[in-house]
Amino acid sequence: MTRRAALSALAVPVLAHAGLGAVLLALAVLVGVTIGEVALPLGLVGDLLAVKLLGAERALDPIDAGILWSYRLPRTLVAAACGAGLALSGVVLQALVRNALADPYLLGVSAGAGAGAVAVTLLGLGGGAIGLSAGAFGGAASAFLIVALLAKAAGGGPAQLVLAGIAGSQLFNALTSFFIAKSANAEQARGLMFWLLGNLSGVRWPDVSLALPVVGLGFLVCLAHVRPLDAFSFGSGAAASLGIAVRRVQLVLIAAVTLMTATLVSLVGSIGFVGLVIPHAMRFLVGPRHARLIPASALAGAVFLIAADIASRVLIPGQVVPIGVVTALVGAPGFALILIRNRRRS
Amino acid sequence: MRIEAQNLGWREIVQGVSCEIRPGETFGLVGPNGSGKSTLLRLLAGLMPRAAGEVRLDGVPLAQLSRRQIAQRVALVEQFADTGEALSVRDAVELGRTPWLSPLSPFGPEDTQIVERALAAVGMEEMAARAWATLSGGERQRVHIARALAQEPRVLILDEPTNHLDIHHQLALLGLVAGLPVTVVMALHDLNQAMMCDRLGVMSEGRMVACGPPAEVLTTDTLARIFRVRAQPMIDPSDGSTLFRFLPMEPSP
Repeated sequence: MTRRAALSALAVPVLAHAGLGAVLLALAVLVGVTIGEVALPLGLVGDLLAVKLLGAERALDPIDAGILWSYRLPRTLVAAACGAGLALSGVVLQALVRNALADPYLLGVSAGAGAGAVAVTLLGLGGGAIGLSAGAFGGAASAFLIVALLAKAAGGGPAQLVLAGIAGSQLFNALTSFFIAKSANAEQARGLMFWLLGNLSGVRWPDVSLALPVVGLGFLVCLAHVRPLDAFSFGSGAAASLGIAVRRVQLVLIAAVTLMTATLVSLVGSIGFVGLVIPHAMRFLVGPRHARLIPASALAGAVFLIAADIASRVLIPGQVVPIGVVTALVGAPGFALILIRNRRRS
Repeated sequence: MRIEAQNLGWREIVQGVSCEIRPGETFGLVGPNGSGKSTLLRLLAGLMPRAAGEVRLDGVPLAQLSRRQIAQRVALVEQFADTGEALSVRDAVELGRTPWLSPLSPFGPEDTQIVERALAAVGMEEMAARAWATLSGGERQRVHIARALAQEPRVLILDEPTNHLDIHHQLALLGLVAGLPVTVVMALHDLNQAMMCDRLGVMSEGRMVACGPPAEVLTTDTLARIFRVRAQPMIDPSDGSTLFRFLPMEPSP
């Protein structure tokens, strides 16, 4: 069989899996938009989409339709993008630094993004969603650089990386608090603290049009690098001897991770543990090869964060729990399991 | 494939090494610990940043080839390469196909056959489904060599490949390597095993101090000077080959 035949033989299962993934994701979004303080009927979703996308004429309850179109749908889509982006960031960081505990939250990238975004908000550098994201990107990139340099200076072991991540997180969280204490009034401070814990309630359509393309791009970059990511299994030296341009691959992938994390943090605050727990659960289900792990983690991350968002809306009636609190409640025990499993392995 | 090294150097570890390795030969690299063998092997594979000198493969400088093109010609098996991922033996060997694949030419049936042959060559075909974490040191070494063979290289570079192996697998591996239709460069610790190479290079303090057929290079004088042992050559009457018995140097007065 020739290369071309191999390619077409591969296309069938790939398309089947992609289709299945799309159906699962659509179902999760459907559930996400109907559950909440006001339960919306499933039929309304179909009617609304027919009106908005196909220009059909249907009689809609204007309040229900407004909730669905202006609040629930953008919020659920951003939750999905966010979950996928964070899970992808986790997979990529874990492969590149060969550390089971690597994730944008633990390595301080999220904290850096938060500090950058708060600095832009309060000090009035730039403005608008793009300015905010640019600030978050600057913060995230500097946090990653500082943590990586510190870990290297400390000896470069896996424990050193995690400790450097803690130091980096603390530093950037302190900077965030400092900016808030220095420049924010009481109202702003309350809003910023709530946002930093992870909050999807302010999400509107412009946020969707930023989150979806960025995460989509990140996903494509990761998909294009599944083989290089596999090749890092035995370290960067082994990857180089397998023909991987190590520096270039590291740079492209870390840029993708930083861009995704920064954009998502600037939109919804810092949400922990998704990048840690989802990739591990998926390794358990589909194995360590990235051709499966990347799409599986993106899908599971999206579904998980939609579910976490639903939980954040219905956990306490009449009140929204920050989504970061929900993911931490699920993620911290998951983190504990990973620690214990790692000990058994070594 | 012919390898020409000219004035290779890296920091103080390797200095001014020039040698020529002929197509198809098995070239052994011997020398005491810390003499620069591993670094020289990495230099030959083009893996050291900011290296001095030049390596040519069949006349083409490594610097003119991309990482991927180098990996299609040269495979390297280093010591101590380990992973925390839950890879199977087959997964690890399949990594060897990396330089030949791209998003538009995915892993196909030919690649499967190459991987099967590589597994069979090191006697691991029965263990293809085993998890990496459950393998012994010797089994891991054989998987690494199968991975390198799956790369279908024309030059195979091995850093102390017989480490961790029991004597049966040591001999099997050296027999396998000697029978491959590729140029082999390997660092070896066991000087009696080094005697079976076509030619040897002797490293000492970052320099290649001798190069040639084993019988010419490994003299009692060299062994005393470089390795600081007293070597007693002995002839095996069954085939007339030379063996060394090593004794400590007499303490200098």
